[in-house]
Amino acid sequence: MSDSHGAYYIPEPSRWPVVGSMALFTTFVGAGLFLNGVTPVVLYLGLAAVIYMFYGWFSDVIKESMGGNYNHQVDISFRWGMSWFIFSEVMFFAAFFGALFYARVYSVPWLAGEGAKFATHEFLWPDFQNVWPLITTPDMTTALTSHFTLIKEVIPAWGIPAINTAILLASGGTITFAHWALKKNNRKALVLWMAATVILGAIFLFLQAEEYIHAYHELDLKLTSGIYGSTFFMLTGFHGFHVFMGATMILIITLRCLKGHFTAEDHFAFEGVAWYWHFVDVVWLGLFIFVYWI
Amino acid sequence: MSEAVAHDDHHDHKPTGIGRWLFSTNHKDIGTMYLVFSLIMFFVGGAMAMVIRAELFQPGLQFVDPQFFNSMTTVHALVMIFGALMPAGVGLANWMIPMMIGAPDMAMPRMNNMSFWILPFAFTLLLLTFFMPGGAPAGGWTMYPPLVLQLGDGFPFLIFAVHFLGVSSIMGAINIIATVFNMRAPGMTFMRLPLFVWTWIITAFLLIASMPVLAGAVTMLLTDKYFGTAFFNAAGGGDPVLFQHIFWFFGHPEVYILVLPSFGIISQVIPTFSRKPLFGYASMVYATASIAFLSFFVWAHHMFTVGMPLTGELFFMYATMSIAVPTGVKIFNWMATMWKGSMTFETPMLFSIGVLFMFSIGGFSGLMMGITPVDFQYHDTYFIVAHFHYVIVPGIIYGVFAGVYYWLPKWTGVMYDEKLGKLHFWLSTISVNVLFFPMHFIGLAGMPRRIPDYNTIFTGWNQIISIGGFAFGLSQLILVWVVIKCARGQGEKATDQVWESAHGLEWTLSSPPPFHSFTTPPQVTDATAHS
Ligand code: HEM
Ligand SMILES: [Cu+2]
Repeated sequence: MSDSHGAYYIPEPSRWPVVGSMALFTTFVGAGLFLNGVTPVVLYLGLAAVIYMFYGWFSDVIKESMGGNYNHQVDISFRWGMSWFIFSEVMFFAAFFGALFYARVYSVPWLAGEGAKFATHEFLWPDFQNVWPLITTPDMTTALTSHFTLIKEVIPAWGIPAINTAILLASGGTITFAHWALKKNNRKALVLWMAATVILGAIFLFLQAEEYIHAYHELDLKLTSGIYGSTFFMLTGFHGFHVFMGATMILIITLRCLKGHFTAEDHFAFEGVAWYWHFVDVVWLGLFIFVYWI
Repeated sequence: MSEAVAHDDHHDHKPTGIGRWLFSTNHKDIGTMYLVFSLIMFFVGGAMAMVIRAELFQPGLQFVDPQFFNSMTTVHALVMIFGALMPAGVGLANWMIPMMIGAPDMAMPRMNNMSFWILPFAFTLLLLTFFMPGGAPAGGWTMYPPLVLQLGDGFPFLIFAVHFLGVSSIMGAINIIATVFNMRAPGMTFMRLPLFVWTWIITAFLLIASMPVLAGAVTMLLTDKYFGTAFFNAAGGGDPVLFQHIFWFFGHPEVYILVLPSFGIISQVIPTFSRKPLFGYASMVYATASIAFLSFFVWAHHMFTVGMPLTGELFFMYATMSIAVPTGVKIFNWMATMWKGSMTFETPMLFSIGVLFMFSIGGFSGLMMGITPVDFQYHDTYFIVAHFHYVIVPGIIYGVFAGVYYWLPKWTGVMYDEKLGKLHFWLSTISVNVLFFPMHFIGLAGMPRRIPDYNTIFTGWNQIISIGGFAFGLSQLILVWVVIKCARGQGEKATDQVWESAHGLEWTLSSPPPFHSFTTPPQVTDATAHS
C-alpha cells in the first residue's frame, strides 16, 4: 500500500536505492581491481548487480504506474527529472567537445609554433607542424621513439559516417511516427515504427563497429594515436554507448507496447525515451560535423 | 469516511528499525542522514587538518613523511568539499525545502535516498586508497596531471569516487529542481519562495551544469593513464593545461555551489532576528542568479600563472572582478535588513553576522587575487589558503551552523542550549581568525602552500596558526554536545513558531513536524509568504 495524500503520492520505503549504491560500489571496486591487473570478476559481479537493480527498480515503477498510482503531478516531476538528466548528459559531452576544440584551436597550433606559446615548439619539437587531422604527433618528429601510434589514414566523413547520419536521422523520424501512432491509438503502427527504430539503432551500432575494426586493423587509427585518436574514439565511443543504451530502452518500451502498456494520453516513459533518442541524435550531428567533417 | 479519518490519525506511523534508514523515502530522515554524515566527515577531514597543523608547527619534518603530508592536504580538501560541505547543504535542503514550499516530501523520494546512500560508499572508495600500494591521492585536490598520474593503485579508486559523488550530486540536484518546480503549494509563486529555496534552485542548476564536466575531466585522466590517450600529454598533441581549464570550469561554479545555500540560510536568519522583512527580496534573487551565471566565465582566474595568452588573462581578470557587483548587492541587502531593526543576537544570528564580516574578508582577498599581475605574487602561497578558508569556514560552514541552530528546535522539538551555542560561536570566531588571518602575512611573504617544511622565518606565525587550528577543532565538540542534547530531547520545549518573528510555512508545522510534512497542500498568500 502507498500513502497518498490527496493530490500527493509518496512511494513506500524501497530497498532499490541501497541495492543500487552497493551495486555501483561493487562495480567501481571491480573496475579499480581490474585496472590494477587483479581480476575482472568483481567488475562482472558489480555490473550484474547494477542490471538487477535497474530491473527491480523499474519493475516497481511500472507496477505502480500500471496500478494507476501516478497522478498528473508525478508525471510532471518525471518530466522535469528526465529533461535535466539529459541536460547533464549534454554537459558531459561538452567536456569532450571542449577538449577537441581546445586541441584544434590552441594546443596543436601552439605546439606547431604559432601564437604566444611557441617555446615548446622551439625547444622540443621544432619540426612539428599543425595539420588536422593530426596524423603525426609532436614526439614523432624527433629521433626518439614515440608513445603513440602513427595513423595511416583517418575515416572520411562521406562514407560510413554519412550513412550513419542518415540512419540516425531516419530513426528520429520513425520514433516520431510511433509517437503519432500511439496518440491515435493505432497500436499496430506503433509497434512497427518502434521496431523499425530499434533496428535502425542496431544497424548504426553494427556499422560503427565495422568502422572501428577497419580503423584499428587497416588504418592504424587507435585510441593511442595521439590527440586525434583520443578525441575521435572517446567522443564516438561514448556516443555509441549512448546509442546502445537508447536502443535498449526503446526495445524495452517496444516490449511494453506489445504487452498493452501506455495509453494515447498517458505515456511518459515512451516520451522520456524518445527525448533521449533525439538527444543522442543531436550529439551525433555534432560529431559528424566536428569530428568527421570539418 | 470515518475510517479514512481514523486512518489519517495514525498517519504518523514511521517505519522502524534499521530499515527506516536504509530504505527511507522520507525527506526528513534522509535529511538527517545527510547532516549526520556531514558532521562525521567534518571531523574526519578535521583530523587530517590537525595532522597538517601538527607537522607545520615547526619547520623541518616532525611527524609524517612528505608523501603522507601531501595525502593529508589532498584528502582533507576532498573530504571537506564533497563529504562535509555539499552534504550539509543537501541535508538542509532535504529537511527544509518540502516544508518551506508546502509539500509532503521531495518529488522523487527513492532517488533522494540513493543520492544519500551513494555517499558512504563513495567515501569508502576514496578512503580505501590509504591502504593501497602507492597510498592515497597526494597531488592536490585539483588532481592536476601529470602529477596525479603518478599515483599508485589508488588512482582508479580516486577517479571512480569522483564519478560516484557526481552521480549523487546530479541526482540530488535534479530532485530539488523537480520538487521546487512541481511541488509548490497553491499560491506559492516563485517570487514568494523563501530565499533559501531560491538559492538552492540556482545551486541545483550549477550542479547539473558543472558536475558532468568534472566527470568528463577525470575520465580523461583515467584514459590517459590506462588507455594511452593524449588529452593531457603535449607529446601527443594534447596539453596538461587543458585539464586545468576543464577542471576549473567545474571548480569555480563549485565554490558557488558551496556558498549559495549558506547565503540562503542567512537570508532567512537575518530578517527573523532583525524583526524586519528581508530588504530587496527581488534583487537578492537576481543577484544570486547573476552570480551563478557569471561563475561560468571566470574559471581561469585559477590559472593566471600557467601562461595564458594576454587576452585570456585580461578577460578573466575583468570577469572575476565583475562578480563583486552582485555579491556587493547581497551584502548591502543584508546590512540594510538589519538597519534599524530591533535586533537580538541568538546563536543563529551571531553566526550569520559572522558570515557577513568574515565572508567579506575572503571576498576582498579574492578580489586582490583576481587582479592578474599581483596574483603572480599570491598564487600558490598561503595567501590563497587564507582566501578560500575565509570564504569556506566562516562563510560557508558558519552559514550551515546558523541554519542548524535556527532549525534545530524545529527538528527536535526542544530548544538548544543558548549558552553553549554562544560559547561555540565565540570560541570558533576567535580561533578561526587566529587560525586563518596570519596566513595572509606568511603568504604575502612567500610561504608556498602544500609543502611540509618551511623557511624558519615563518615559524612564529605557523605556531600561532597551529594553536588557532587546534582551538578551532576542539571548539567544534561543543556543537556535537549541543546537537546530542537536542536529539535526546533535553531542553526547553520549543513552540511551533520557535522564533518570535520567524515567517514561512515551516513554522506553521508542529515542532517536531509530522513524519509527512504537509498532508494537504496549504494555501499561501502574500501575508503567509516569507518575504
Ligand atoms: C564564494 C565563495 C568562494 C569560495 C568558496 C572560494 C574558494 C576558492 C578556492 C577553494 C580557491 C583555491 C583553489 C585552489 O587552487 O585549490 C580559490 C582561489 C581563488 N579565488 Fe576564491 N572563492 C570564493 C570567492 C571568491 C571571490 C568572490 C573571488 C573574487 C572576486 C575569488 C577569487 C579567487 C581567485 C582569483 C583565486 C585564485 C587564486 C590563485 O590561485 O592565485 N574567490 N577560491
Ligand atoms: Cu574561482
